[in-house]
Amino acid sequence: MNIMEGAFVINIAVCLKQVPDTSEVRLDPKTNTLKREGIPSIINPYDAHALEEALTLRDQVGGQVIVLSMGPPQAVQSLKKAISYGADRAILLTDRVFAGSDTLATSYILTGALQKLMQEEPIDLILCGKQAIDGDTAQVGPGIASRLGWPLLTYVSKVEKISPQAREIMVHRKLEEGREVLRASLPALLTVVKEINEIRYAPLPDLIRGATYAVEIWNNEDLHLDPTQLGLKGSPTWVSKTGTPPLREKGEMLGKDQASSAQIASLLAERLIPDIVVPNR
Amino acid sequence: MAEHPLGIWVYIEQEKGQVAPVSWELMGEGRRLADKLGTSLSGVVLGHQIDKVINRVFAYGADSVYAIDDPLLEPYRNQTHSHGLVQLCRDHQPEILLMGATTTGRDLSGSVATQLATGLTADCTELDIDVEKRKLLQTRPAFGGNILATILCRDRWPQMATVRPRVFPEPEAQKAPSSTVVRGKLSLQPKDVTVEVIKRINEERKEGYLDGTDIIVAGGRGLGTKENFQLVHNLAQALGGMAGASRPAVESGWISYSHQVGQTGYSVRPKLYIAAGISGAIQHLVGMQNAEIIVAINKDPDAPIFRVATYGIIADAAEFLPIFTEEVKKRMEGKAVTAKA
Amino acid sequence: MSQKNKKKQDIALAKESSPSKDKAMKDKKLERWASIPHEFEAIVVGGGPAGLSAAYTLAKGGVKTLLIERGDFPGSKNVMGGVLYSYPTAQVFPDFWKKAPLERPIIEQRAYLLAEDSAITAGFKDNRFFEEPYNNFTVFRGRFDKWMAGEAMEAGALLVSETVVTDLLYEGEGTGKKVVGVITNREEGTVRGHVVLLCEGANSILAQRAGLQEDLSPGDLACAVKEVIKLPKGAIEERFNVEKGQGVTIELLGEATLGMFGMGWIYTNKDTLSVGVGVMINELSRRGLNPNTVLEKMKNHPALRPLLVEGETVEYLAKIIPEGGYKQVPKLYSNGVLVCGDTAMLVNGVHREGSNLAMTSGKMAAETVIEAKAKGDFSAEALKRYKERLEDSFVLKDLKKYQNVSGLMQTNPHFFTVYPNMARQAAQELFTVNNVPKKEKQKKIIRDIRKKRSLTQIAGDLYRIWRTFG
Ligand SMILES: Cc1cc2nc3c(=O)[nH]c(=O)nc-3n(C[C@H](O)[C@H](O)[C@H](O)COP(=O)(O)OP(=O)(O)OC[C@H]3O[C@@H](n4cnc5c(N)ncnc54)[C@H](O)[C@@H]3O)c2cc1C
Ligand SMILES: Cc1cc2nc3c(=O)[nH]c(=O)nc-3n(C[C@H](O)[C@H](O)[C@H](O)COP(=O)(O)OP(=O)(O)OC[C@H]3O[C@@H](n4cnc5c(N)ncnc54)[C@H](O)[C@@H]3O)c2cc1C
Ligand SMILES: Cc1cc2nc3c(=O)[nH]c(=O)nc-3n(C[C@H](O)[C@H](O)[C@H](O)COP(=O)(O)OP(=O)(O)OC[C@H]3O[C@@H](n4cnc5c(N)ncnc54)[C@H](O)[C@@H]3O)c2cc1C
Repeated sequence: MNIMEGAFVINIAVCLKQVPDTSEVRLDPKTNTLKREGIPSIINPYDAHALEEALTLRDQVGGQVIVLSMGPPQAVQSLKKAISYGADRAILLTDRVFAGSDTLATSYILTGALQKLMQEEPIDLILCGKQAIDGDTAQVGPGIASRLGWPLLTYVSKVEKISPQAREIMVHRKLEEGREVLRASLPALLTVVKEINEIRYAPLPDLIRGATYAVEIWNNEDLHLDPTQLGLKGSPTWVSKTGTPPLREKGEMLGKDQASSAQIASLLAERLIPDIVVPNR
Repeated sequence: MAEHPLGIWVYIEQEKGQVAPVSWELMGEGRRLADKLGTSLSGVVLGHQIDKVINRVFAYGADSVYAIDDPLLEPYRNQTHSHGLVQLCRDHQPEILLMGATTTGRDLSGSVATQLATGLTADCTELDIDVEKRKLLQTRPAFGGNILATILCRDRWPQMATVRPRVFPEPEAQKAPSSTVVRGKLSLQPKDVTVEVIKRINEERKEGYLDGTDIIVAGGRGLGTKENFQLVHNLAQALGGMAGASRPAVESGWISYSHQVGQTGYSVRPKLYIAAGISGAIQHLVGMQNAEIIVAINKDPDAPIFRVATYGIIADAAEFLPIFTEEVKKRMEGKAVTAKA
Repeated sequence: MSQKNKKKQDIALAKESSPSKDKAMKDKKLERWASIPHEFEAIVVGGGPAGLSAAYTLAKGGVKTLLIERGDFPGSKNVMGGVLYSYPTAQVFPDFWKKAPLERPIIEQRAYLLAEDSAITAGFKDNRFFEEPYNNFTVFRGRFDKWMAGEAMEAGALLVSETVVTDLLYEGEGTGKKVVGVITNREEGTVRGHVVLLCEGANSILAQRAGLQEDLSPGDLACAVKEVIKLPKGAIEERFNVEKGQGVTIELLGEATLGMFGMGWIYTNKDTLSVGVGVMINELSRRGLNPNTVLEKMKNHPALRPLLVEGETVEYLAKIIPEGGYKQVPKLYSNGVLVCGDTAMLVNGVHREGSNLAMTSGKMAAETVIEAKAKGDFSAEALKRYKERLEDSFVLKDLKKYQNVSGLMQTNPHFFTVYPNMARQAAQELFTVNNVPKKEKQKKIIRDIRKKRSLTQIAGDLYRIWRTFG
């Protein structure tokens, strides 16, 4: 596919979501509601690692890194930032009809954009984050892979080997109790965990490029997607209500009536042990 | 669609006959939901040489089992399992499909939902049924656990959800006869499979991550000295948990930052959180108030930590911790420690 | 350089690394960088009020400007609330109150003179301050600086964040030696510029390294500690006796600083209070005190506690500020370089101002650069106009006026201890109803005061105050 007179390169697309910095999310202690005002927007941290991996691979093999994001117009900020990390090209997918998309519609839109991109140049690898820290579903990456019919490799903690010639990739996947090593054919879609790399410090010219870069904007006139599959209309899941986790029930004070420490310890152990000890499975 | 889809399915996550406990937890919850909805409960088993597992599914209350037995299904790969599961769903039209929110469940569910063009709710912590509308009410945390959202799936089937392990109790296995097993076929050839598992590396868990542990014993400024902070480690060890800390404890150099709980540290959601000598400032609370059981040990009866505590103890932590640690050791001799829902 | 360059040698690639490949990679980079500007007309170091006002004014004036900030974004290192002065801000950003994120317009300024457990209060309230063009506002610098940065970028300035300028780039020798750019902590991190504006804040490392600023002694530096305390909006309005949306500032003297040279303050934000205290570092160390202790004591003063009670501390910050005033103002310009804001020690310690002087100085530096660009001359000779501008403005005039205050207060510590107590005793006498005739009371007051300090001493003190503040 990418054989250009003997030279192998890989083109990598990175899907990047701009998210509110949930570590800055604060609860109003009085009303127990979420304070969103003034919370900074950041690149979804897992996606920053996906981008870093893409840049490393590009620098090793040659090729291009193209960053895609679907979101409101303000998301250009995160895309400019991606350019300042060293990405070659950045595209924002923004349109009112995209708003309110759940993961099914989101993966539809991103896939549409990727397919348009692939009419211009081939893509060998798509990198996503493990999950977004706001929606927290981890569903968009698998959704795109399914739509494209590409191999899906989730929770990737290491790219062991990539070989554009043999059109193969070998990766480590993080599992609950260890990891596994997999080989897949290219093109493929990876979702990555934070352990995959450390984010490097980009050279200054890339930062200046990020500051001057004009992000490409695509809307549905560019993508021509089926309007019934977009936004709220195209989203089967529907948030019927949101709330904050319920306040905790009033607890029990142990040993108020001058019990000795030993008595209280025994009382506490009685309360806890049934809950924390189970027979070996 | 000619008929309305019917039946609740639970994907039984298994490999070489080893079943992920969350699958049984979901069979228990699935039973409750199926009864409420007036429908049947089925387990779905994909793998190779799975007859033993199929029998066990009945022991956990299945009315029937859907199964595909094929060598390509072991070890687990997204491509083969999604292919098989999508095929079964298309052929038999379940109304609801549940899986564990494990690495495998989260890998698989997104692919299956996309191919079936249906809705999927991730990582639920609560399920219920709107009987009249026949809707699954799926409640899940988002924004780093700061809010809870209840999600419905409109006009598509199956209604799909992944469910966090250990939110539902594991039911007891019953002696039950095996009943209907519906077997499907995997219409994949080895040459069609694009991913190959080269090896598995099982790692002994050394020091885990604070946000992945079930039991945390945390200490704060009230412990006074680094020596006293050792008492926290001792209890954590006796309970098979990890040590946590408030910011001042970290800043005093009693323990490293990777143990800090709170707004600028880890957010944790363990089964048991013991806070010793911690006042309960909001910046600390936001990181731990989702713990299932909170024990607070503080000598100030007005300390705000008591407002979130399941059990409160007014005591000098330096004195109480060693006594309690001994008590725990005494009681747990020979028993395995695992937090239970 | 803290280059966390990850080693990915274990990637067995189809083609191993080779000189031709390295060259290909380099070409790739050069291709990527082909269209970016490699030289700027002005480089601004630091995105605080000084740097942002400078960058905005420069960009508006058609100067190709690069602004370099070390934090994640301008204001990101500054979580604090403070007072923003409307007039100088509007000079840089006209009608800013229509667009900028502000907390409360200040309609009342109070001063509390604190003694051990009492306070004498004075205040000035004017409802006209609740109308355009306003007088002061409380702001959160984190938000306000970010807004200014947005304005500067919209005007055409380029902003590069998360980048530290480590040194200046020079060319030439002797008197011809000039600044021609900056060196940063990034790879390929040198950029050239015709002129560099140093707006790095109080910790003026670059200005010192450039020989423009001498090392500051602890006597020139104050330490400020500050907290943001959360309270419901309604409670703030009730406790401070203002209407919805209105704000108050309180300056605190005397016991607020445990008698040390310095000052405390409480400002009302939308749903928080900014509470802080600043004291000279040399006094802190002489008394062996920790600034936190000073703040905690102050917060528990009986005159203040009711204002703060049940509030929750949500932010905390300690910072060094220059307090030296006019005498410490460094050399403000040299070939190819200008110094603005706190870096130039343009801080009015007496009136707890800083951002206004920073903004005005940034603007004036920018105007000087615009002129210099027109002439194509960035030499010290051409940039001298900056200092003249400052001298003609309130910036240096005010600093000159108060230039002796700091020294006076430090050599006369009784201003902060004896007088507040005397004043308290006097007030107690006057306000306590006990059938003693007023005249008697006054006599008693004078007797008490004279016990503490002789009349001649008092006269001397008053004369000194008059000389410095008058
Ligand atoms: C409280 C709440 C709960 C929700 N619950 C559900 C739910 O249960 N089911 C559901 O279908 N939807 C749900 N949504 C909607 C969902 O958050 C959005 O569809 C969102 O666009 C993508 O999902 P995510 O944030 O979970 O991303 P994830 O699927 O977690 O993201 C994984 C990766 O996909 C890529 N990616 C994701 N979104 C984008 C994007 N916009 N642009 C570029 N790349 C992207 C990134 O690489 C990211 O790391 C919920 C939304 C909210 C606010
Ligand atoms: C922006 C910001 C971010 C922050 N982030 C975090 C964060 O991530 N995590 C965090 O923890 N804090 C954080 N803090 C700090 C937080 O506000 C509190 O200061 C901190 O949590 C208090 O820690 P503590 O409870 O250990 O200490 P203290 O508040 O000093 O409480 C000590 C407690 O110990 C009790 N005590 C004393 N002696 C004994 C004894 N012998 N036996 C039993 N009890 C005793 C006292 O009664 C008291 O309740 C943050 C603060 C800010 C402003
Ligand atoms: C506690 C406190 C309270 C105050 N309250 C008030 C008040 O109420 N009203 C008021 O008017 N003033 C107040 N001041 C003073 C005011 O904050 C300062 O005078 C003002 O911020 C000075 O602006 P500046 O732009 O010169 O410096 P700063 O605001 O300090 O900005 C300097 C910027 O440069 C960046 N920087 C530094 N070095 C480098 C480098 N090498 N490379 C790249 N970037 C760098 C920094 O990150 C920072 O963003 C207060 C000060 C303090 C400490």
